[in-house]
Amino acid sequence: MKRQRTVQALLLNGGMLVLALLFLLPIVWMIVAATKANHQILSVPPSLAPGSSLAANWRDLNSDLPFLRNVFNSVAIASIFTLFATLISAMGGYAFAKFSFRGRAALFLVVVAALTIPFEVRAIPQYLLIARDLRLANTWIAVILPWLAYPLGIFFMRQNMLSVPTELLEAARIDGAGEARIFLQVVLPIMRPALAAVAIVVFLFQWNDFFWPLLILTQKQAYTIPVALGTLVGLTRVSWGGIMVGTAIATVPFLVLFLFLQRYFVAGITAGAVKD
Amino acid sequence: MSLEGGRAASAMPPGAPRRTRRRNSLTPYLFLSPFFALFALFWIYPIAYSFYLSFVNTRRRPWTFSWSFNWDRLIHDPFFWKALGNTLTILVVQVPVMLVLAVALAIAFNSDLLRLKGFFRFAFFAPLVLGAVPYSAVFRLIFNTEFGVLNYGLHVFGLAPVEWLSQGVPALATVMIAITWRWSGYNAIILLSGLQSIPLSLYEAARIDGASGWQQFLRVTLPLLRPVLLFCFVLSTIGTLQLFTEPWLITSTGPGGATETLITYLYKQGFRSFNFGYASAIAYTVALIAAVFSFVQIRVVGGREA
Repeated sequence: MKRQRTVQALLLNGGMLVLALLFLLPIVWMIVAATKANHQILSVPPSLAPGSSLAANWRDLNSDLPFLRNVFNSVAIASIFTLFATLISAMGGYAFAKFSFRGRAALFLVVVAALTIPFEVRAIPQYLLIARDLRLANTWIAVILPWLAYPLGIFFMRQNMLSVPTELLEAARIDGAGEARIFLQVVLPIMRPALAAVAIVVFLFQWNDFFWPLLILTQKQAYTIPVALGTLVGLTRVSWGGIMVGTAIATVPFLVLFLFLQRYFVAGITAGAVKD
Repeated sequence: MSLEGGRAASAMPPGAPRRTRRRNSLTPYLFLSPFFALFALFWIYPIAYSFYLSFVNTRRRPWTFSWSFNWDRLIHDPFFWKALGNTLTILVVQVPVMLVLAVALAIAFNSDLLRLKGFFRFAFFAPLVLGAVPYSAVFRLIFNTEFGVLNYGLHVFGLAPVEWLSQGVPALATVMIAITWRWSGYNAIILLSGLQSIPLSLYEAARIDGASGWQQFLRVTLPLLRPVLLFCFVLSTIGTLQLFTEPWLITSTGPGGATETLITYLYKQGFRSFNFGYASAIAYTVALIAAVFSFVQIRVVGGREA
């Protein structure tokens, strides 16, 4: 019996180790390739030893694109988006969870149904609205606006807001606090973990989003990182080292963050999947 | 703000007019208004307008209404059927393979035999912070036929190299491998939280009844995991129907349209040819398929709360 357990443990850990190394390979290769010259990246046999071309690759990347500007666009767009999308989700989630009002069930059903609607159904009218009618192509606001109503955010906040003690709200009301003040000073502070989970999920979503920014951003100066890198991939003569530096910049900060904030990532991902 | 005072006041005798506050006041609507204002403009209006556009001939100016112009073309368009076939092939092959892998990973993570859990967690869950563009770029590099790391690995194990990106079936496989890499950990996290909500007492009871590990999996784990599995299945289905970045960047939808998906085709029609009417018809086809799958899920799970 004990021996059987040892064999099982060996098989399990061994199998997982092989699989884990395969899974890690793309990330390791991305970071290694960022330090190598093109001919080293495309050399056989490949080597995992880092090269010395990181600075040259960075220069290549910047000769193809205004990459610092693209990074700045990405940071600004994702930050502004996260702030507002989180706030709007929290407000809506609070209303759904802690008030009873006419139309609540129907409105909430609309939010849930929206989760299953592919973005592409909205893409063309949004493009016409923002690019043609409002003439907002190549602006931050064009990227930010369409996703501010983020159904998963409001859904997740509603589930979490259910745990806010009603007595606490009643007490504040009897104290004479206005509804806005109760929300800002009582509800938001106790919802910090849920807010963090939503913020991480929406930030990553916006940081990584490709399809909509690709449609609405047509000038290099306005590109976000995914659009910028996306235009390089697939070109015939291309600096792979440069692209890999760009992908590393787009991903390594979040890999590090992931190590520290796993709890919130997991909370955001499992939102709605499992009933408590 | 004095909460202490508030608590004391709320401890008034029953019958005191605590509930006089207007329950149906405007407050909840005000809290919901930013969301629903944006929702009306960027969800409801586009969804309705897109439906209308699918019946508009946008090939010529001025645009003219026509019930059949786009839909007729859709039904007779071999490129559309090819894209639909590729998308459904990925759906039928990749989603089950990935979910089996995700269940296996979740069970492994739930096992007390597994060591180095922190390391494994990073290895399998790290891909889910990577955006589609960065990892597609890396996969294009790794799957390069002549210089790619993968073919070198095959060579080391004495296997013949595969022309991953220049042959139809391998190109489709490349896209599937890439998505599997990116989304297995994501699904495993969801499934793991489902596993952890199964009461341990059920396993104990099964053990006392003499059930083997495999029997416990079939009789306890799988039935109780079913709602979560279906949730993963529907999310993966909708995700696959929306597949764009990976075929666009890893295989450039080639060779010869072998990795064309519904959305890459929609993109070409809508934003390369600027044929918005036809692209809207494709978009609605995608939405319809997604709706059917979601509906089936709701029926199968039967009344489970959202």
